[in-house]
Amino acid sequence: MKRFVLLFSLLLAGPALAVLPSEQLADPALEVRARALSLELRCQVCQNQSIDDSNAPLAADLRRLVRERLVAGDSDAGVLDYVVRRYGDYVLLRPPMREDTALLWFGPLAILIAGGIGAFVYLRRRKPAVEAPLSADEEARLKAIVERRE
Amino acid sequence: MKRLLFILPLLVFAGVAIYFGFGLTRDPSKIPSALIDKPIPEFALPEIAGTGKPALTSAGLKGEVALVNVFASWCAPCRIEHPIFMRLARGNAVPIYGISYKDKAEDSAKWLRDLGNPYKAIGWDFDGRTAIDWGVYGVPETFVVDKTGTIKFKHVGPITPDALNNHILPLIEELKRAP
Repeated sequence: MKRFVLLFSLLLAGPALAVLPSEQLADPALEVRARALSLELRCQVCQNQSIDDSNAPLAADLRRLVRERLVAGDSDAGVLDYVVRRYGDYVLLRPPMREDTALLWFGPLAILIAGGIGAFVYLRRRKPAVEAPLSADEEARLKAIVERRE
Repeated sequence: MKRLLFILPLLVFAGVAIYFGFGLTRDPSKIPSALIDKPIPEFALPEIAGTGKPALTSAGLKGEVALVNVFASWCAPCRIEHPIFMRLARGNAVPIYGISYKDKAEDSAKWLRDLGNPYKAIGWDFDGRTAIDWGVYGVPETFVVDKTGTIKFKHVGPITPDALNNHILPLIEELKRAP
């Protein structure tokens, strides 16, 4: 029984959320946008966490900043741009698609295509192995084996 | 020709390995600043009482080559780099300005009383908002600003003698010579 109570209480424990209730906006629509934007922004301190996940003080500051910009009437792109102007593209967890990031986005595809072409050419060039006919000697040995079986 | 084709994958692998090998020697916690060659952000920070130094504003940073150091009394690496700034300030090589980051004013003041005050002016950035405008993501960070108020260099973490002598001081000399 005790074990069940323990297991059940584990179910009740929600995931630890970094976003504190005091940070949240009163307007639910804005808060949803803020959460979505926070998931796009990298915490510079923990680097592989979004500011939505991170407990670092800087992440909390940036969450507050995102909400301030939204309240001030910025569009989603405007908010991201505001942060990027200060911290660079590295804050975006999804790198932007631009000329100078083309290699990042399309490099793997280019390698796949190059490899595919290489494999295709190689396979086309490879001649199927021609089976040499049996020599008279081999023919005789084969015949002997078959006859022995019968 | 056939031979060459056989060692081609090996060569490609060696090239990639060397490239990534160099990548491994770089410190991923040092993120290049997006503000290099950009004007300093507009700000007006209050002074810290008890330091005897004026407040720091963006207007006060224009007209001469300067160092801007973001520090806090709670920041251990700041304590490590502090003697370097004291020495620089004594040598009058370059004016050093301080931004106190998320620190109680009295703690910053006491820290500077105890360790010495190398700053010409100090701004108190209690909520860290001005630091965000500077693209600061951890203290200490140090910026080199030129005469026009443009950020030319950022050093993340405590200043080392190597960074000072090989990067920062030569850059300051170069910027001073610029018209």
